[in-house]
Amino acid sequence: MSVIDAVPVTDSEPTEDYVNLGVFGRLTHRRGWLSQHLGTAVIGFVLGYLLGHWLGNVVAGGYSYVQNSGQNNVADTGGLLLGVLGWLFGAGALNYPIAKMMGREPAEERFDPSWTRYFRYTADHKVVGLQYIFSVLTFLFTGGLLAMAIRTELLSPTSHAFGPGTYIAIVSEHGTVMMMMATSIVVGPFGNWLVPLMIGARRTAFPRVEAFSFWTFTAGYLVIMSALFYGGFPTGWTGYAPLQTQAGAGMMSYLVGFAVIGMGMMAAGFNLAVTIVTCRAPGLTWGRLPIFVWSVLATAALLTLATPTLVAGGFLGILDRTAQTAFYVNEHGGSSYLWQNLFWFFGHPEVYIMALPGFGIVAEMLPVFTRKPLFAYKVAAAGMLGVALLSFFVWQHHLFQSGINPDMRPLFMLTTELISIPTGFIYLVGLGTLYKAKIRFEIPMLFALALFFNFLIGGVTGVFLSDVPVNVQVHGSFFVLAHFHYTIMGGLVFAFFGGIYYWFPKMTGKMMNKTLGKIHFWMMFIFFNLTFFPMFIIGLLGQPRRVFEYAQNLQTLNDIASVSAFFLGASFVVFVANFVWSIFINPVAAPPNPWDSLGLEWQTPSPVPYYNFERIPVIMADPYHYSEPNAPQLADLGVGSDRTDEKVEVGK
Amino acid sequence: MTDTSTREPRHFARMFVLWLVVAGVADALFYTLAGPHVPPGTMTTSAKDNQFDFNVLLVIALPVLIAVWIYMGYAIVMWRSTRKGVAEPVGGAVARGNKGVQFAWIASTSTIVMGLFVFGTVALINGAGSGGGEGPNPVWSPNSKAPLQVQVIGQQWKFTYRYPSFGGFETTQLILPNNTTIEFHVTSLDVTHDFWAYQLGVKADANPQLDNVAYTTTRETGSVTVRCDELCGIWHGAMYNYGRVISPAAFEAWATATQRASVANTKLLPPYALTYVPDANGADGGLYPTNVDPYSASEVYGAKVAAS
Repeated sequence: MSVIDAVPVTDSEPTEDYVNLGVFGRLTHRRGWLSQHLGTAVIGFVLGYLLGHWLGNVVAGGYSYVQNSGQNNVADTGGLLLGVLGWLFGAGALNYPIAKMMGREPAEERFDPSWTRYFRYTADHKVVGLQYIFSVLTFLFTGGLLAMAIRTELLSPTSHAFGPGTYIAIVSEHGTVMMMMATSIVVGPFGNWLVPLMIGARRTAFPRVEAFSFWTFTAGYLVIMSALFYGGFPTGWTGYAPLQTQAGAGMMSYLVGFAVIGMGMMAAGFNLAVTIVTCRAPGLTWGRLPIFVWSVLATAALLTLATPTLVAGGFLGILDRTAQTAFYVNEHGGSSYLWQNLFWFFGHPEVYIMALPGFGIVAEMLPVFTRKPLFAYKVAAAGMLGVALLSFFVWQHHLFQSGINPDMRPLFMLTTELISIPTGFIYLVGLGTLYKAKIRFEIPMLFALALFFNFLIGGVTGVFLSDVPVNVQVHGSFFVLAHFHYTIMGGLVFAFFGGIYYWFPKMTGKMMNKTLGKIHFWMMFIFFNLTFFPMFIIGLLGQPRRVFEYAQNLQTLNDIASVSAFFLGASFVVFVANFVWSIFINPVAAPPNPWDSLGLEWQTPSPVPYYNFERIPVIMADPYHYSEPNAPQLADLGVGSDRTDEKVEVGK
Repeated sequence: MTDTSTREPRHFARMFVLWLVVAGVADALFYTLAGPHVPPGTMTTSAKDNQFDFNVLLVIALPVLIAVWIYMGYAIVMWRSTRKGVAEPVGGAVARGNKGVQFAWIASTSTIVMGLFVFGTVALINGAGSGGGEGPNPVWSPNSKAPLQVQVIGQQWKFTYRYPSFGGFETTQLILPNNTTIEFHVTSLDVTHDFWAYQLGVKADANPQLDNVAYTTTRETGSVTVRCDELCGIWHGAMYNYGRVISPAAFEAWATATQRASVANTKLLPPYALTYVPDANGADGGLYPTNVDPYSASEVYGAKVAAS
């Protein structure tokens, strides 16, 4: 039990709501336009960029990495790094450490009832969760617009909407933005918002680390988008050297961007892992932990342990381009395989970072909408940990044709195929829970069922890719592209939207519109499949990824994919319309527990108070005792909650 | 999936019969109708083997997909809530898990996975790398005593081919003799490319300073499309060319004629080697001298000297 949990909540106002930082002025927790918020963060980024760029030119004046390009990579790196620092400074992220360094005691953060809190640096996990939702949606829609541009170009095998340089910049930016988004799309919003509520805690273990992870994540967005102003980068999201070494200055945005996002990912993962391990309420044993929390724990472990290799790899790349080192240059004793190894050692756990939270969300929703206990709970938890562990031993299946370690191919084929066993557990859980259930087809449940449909195709084609002889044919083709869109978009993104429809009433106190929600779901489901299923065939018929020209006979299939992709894009317009309609235009108050869930997060008052639980609850059972006669009581929420007189009944 | 419920055994019996019929028909239809046309065809041993492997995997995968779909479809139709918007009690504590079902699931998926691993490994080893890149020291090679060596050189943004057994001449067309084991040596002069000879069932990364070997044996004559399969810069999408597999006699005639016709050009090339150090500023347009310091000032700023 952490110290803060023992401190009773008081209503007394602190005497000062700012910290006097002397020369830095009064910075912390001030309100109004003169305080620190998103705007000052942007100003900080711009000023930091200019300062860093100038400094870079001072320390390495005249240095040009690409001959006659007029671009100084040292200045660009300095600009981006100080830009991020300026962003954090402007947002107020550094006030606390600066105050501590100056020997002052910063005031404790108070609850800010104003809507402007969503634009401020705050350690409130519920505010950070909602900030994350808007940020990942911004990421998602930016990447989605780029995808629309890609599909426009691929409408014709020979006529071009873009020049080849623009096209490859769009493809690279799409891949990178989407991958960055997908690392945090569930762990950021739902991990931060829900985990403390699900485990009966008042906050995450390190609230400032949690806030830091969000603001570095958003800084990473600015950095990766800055590539467009440098003319983009040509490497795709994989950033393979030596193309990376050869590329223009846009490559710095990729390298610095991934390093910055990586910092955010490590911070988020570390914070959530520690939270789950140390901040659980009394009685919340590992066997009673909600399955979503298990998935976040497995994901957090991957975020914390896999991301450092990406950051290190990016650091070496930055050195190659600024300090004339040769880590990735074969001619000078380096190795292009080094990048491929470092990248995929991160990159493959990364794809499970993008799968596990989705499994967690649907496994959490299934019992609610089937009114049955979760089938094979222990197998589900073991499956998630098993996937997380095995994901560190499969990375070279991305390099089957690269010529590296040919004798190791059977081993990596084995580990890759083994991972389908724990992944299959989620199907055991899902199908077992559906057995003789009373399924309610609410919108979140539709998304959950869609995940099982989509991920099955994505997972089975993954087994094809893991088979080395078949891999010879499909490696690097549209088959791979279809495969991972089926797992990441068909799995994680569907789960994310299911999660939004499911937890939106708890987070905002408002219900999403059902009709618009159903239109959104069916459009998204149908056109997702019509977009990506043809790509399996396109890939088998010989179209490599990331090309702007393809064989004439593939035009019909490509056009089906493109037109469907535009409708898929339109489905998100429906979602945004629903979002805006349900929050701002025609808000309908949500009942406290619209889905009759037993989850602890639904037992808190609505809206959830700043401190979540006035008394830390005592957990007495797992939250899946649906339809069980004589089911044990879920939790004792204690005196002072709005449900003091009624214990939470389970199994009603 | 085995039936463990004693109360309503009809569910699984129905699903099983449905599954048996649908999966059986789907597998049979696929294997007989689509299977022979599955890419990359049968032009080489590796293409044929990889096609067979793909078909086997699909024949295993289809029943799995169909089983899950039938189960989900059945559940959606049969086990829906009848009361609108109200929770209905079902199941009970027994719904939490069934050890037998869990064990059967884990055992069957593990069996399939281990079977696939053994199948894939045998195919890989028997197929001498299955046409995939095996690095500079291939661990599995074909029995053929004298395979025809062909070097594939990738550079931004074209593939060229050198034939060391014919004086090392270089062409932009991949011409191969039929019924011959080919030993591809794939390398690059600049960034990482990937040599994908689609109809040959051959794929190997072209890494700078590295020799990546891939084997196949031609079985049929016909035309070949070669595409770059690893992102290599802005013209990656335009990096493709063509080739042919022709009769051994026609190949012999073509190779000797081309060797004779390109004597002057071959002299300008560096001697045949497994890898080449590219020119420092990449401005040589296809010449890649090995005897010039990549960063010598005379090479970068001075007059060009043809390599000998």
